[in-house]
Amino acid sequence: MSWNWEVIGETGLQFFGKVSASISHEIKNVIAIINENAGLLEDLIARSEKGIPLDPERLRTQANRIIKQVRRGDDIVKGMNRFAHSVDEPLRQTDVNDSLALTCALSNRFASMRGVALELDPSPTQVPIITNPFFLQNLIWLCLDFAMGSTGTGKAVSLKAGKTEGGAEIRFSKLEDLAAADIESFPGERETALLQALRADLVINKEMGELRLTFPVQAEG
Amino acid sequence: MSEKVLLVDDEQDFVDAMATRMKDRGMEVTTTTSAADALKKVEEGTYDAVVLDLMMPEMDGLEVLKAMKVKRPELQIILLTGYATVQKGVEAIKFGAMDFIEKPADLKVLTEKIHQATTQKMVLVEKKIQDKVKKLIQEKGW
Repeated sequence: MSWNWEVIGETGLQFFGKVSASISHEIKNVIAIINENAGLLEDLIARSEKGIPLDPERLRTQANRIIKQVRRGDDIVKGMNRFAHSVDEPLRQTDVNDSLALTCALSNRFASMRGVALELDPSPTQVPIITNPFFLQNLIWLCLDFAMGSTGTGKAVSLKAGKTEGGAEIRFSKLEDLAAADIESFPGERETALLQALRADLVINKEMGELRLTFPVQAEG
Repeated sequence: MSEKVLLVDDEQDFVDAMATRMKDRGMEVTTTTSAADALKKVEEGTYDAVVLDLMMPEMDGLEVLKAMKVKRPELQIILLTGYATVQKGVEAIKFGAMDFIEKPADLKVLTEKIHQATTQKMVLVEKKIQDKVKKLIQEKGW
């Protein structure tokens, strides 16, 4: 089968760029908070040098705030590292549940900007398929972007990955406004190209307010 | 007289630490992590300067800036951002921001900007009063 490489390449690059920009923004926020708390510690030291006694509780609060941000920064960088390594191999065993969780984590800031809550319902077991992990994340990202625009007043997207007889599925539900959504333009060229590359299917269920992606056990190499 | 500052950022820990440091420097600081609440506060109170994060959930910082300027044209707004691009900076100034600072902010620089904002606001308020007086004199024919 011939894939639309031009569209897949451009879509992938846009995805990579958007995620990288978002991560850099998150890291900047973490640095800004550490900077303010370190500054506050400096202020406390300066006051103590003037004879005002140091309050251990206040110092502890500052230290805890810095530790919290270091952990947050570490989580962000770990996610970024996993995302960057998803382009290492064109085909490998991938846990769909794990890819969904990572893409959700990478999308959280965008969801927050749109006032949408992402409700991930993790599968208790792994959902393994052999696929291209980067294309998979890109397709989840695009579907999530569409889903976030179809939440209606509920302002939430529920996400769940699971095993099927033929492979795996991901459900995007609670899409109250799906019936009114412009499904003439979705899936568009980008989603179609990725669906083909992953040998995946997309079913839009307007009545249930749900998108369902299905994947075979093994995509083509 | 201490400067009245409204600090708006969706990161609670950032707001808490920065507000404490600003208060330690003699400023009167009000904080909020919500764009909608910030607009309400601007409507209800008077501030010498607003320090506003450009990336706020639900409402873009530039939208908040525009809405604040409609409510209070004399308001001096300093935008804070995680990623300062020339384009965003130009847009911010075009929409009436007094200045644009990249995170992590240097508090010394920010404090200077707040002092400038206070002076600028006083000039604008004085001009507004002068204009009102002039208009009144003309109307009454004094």
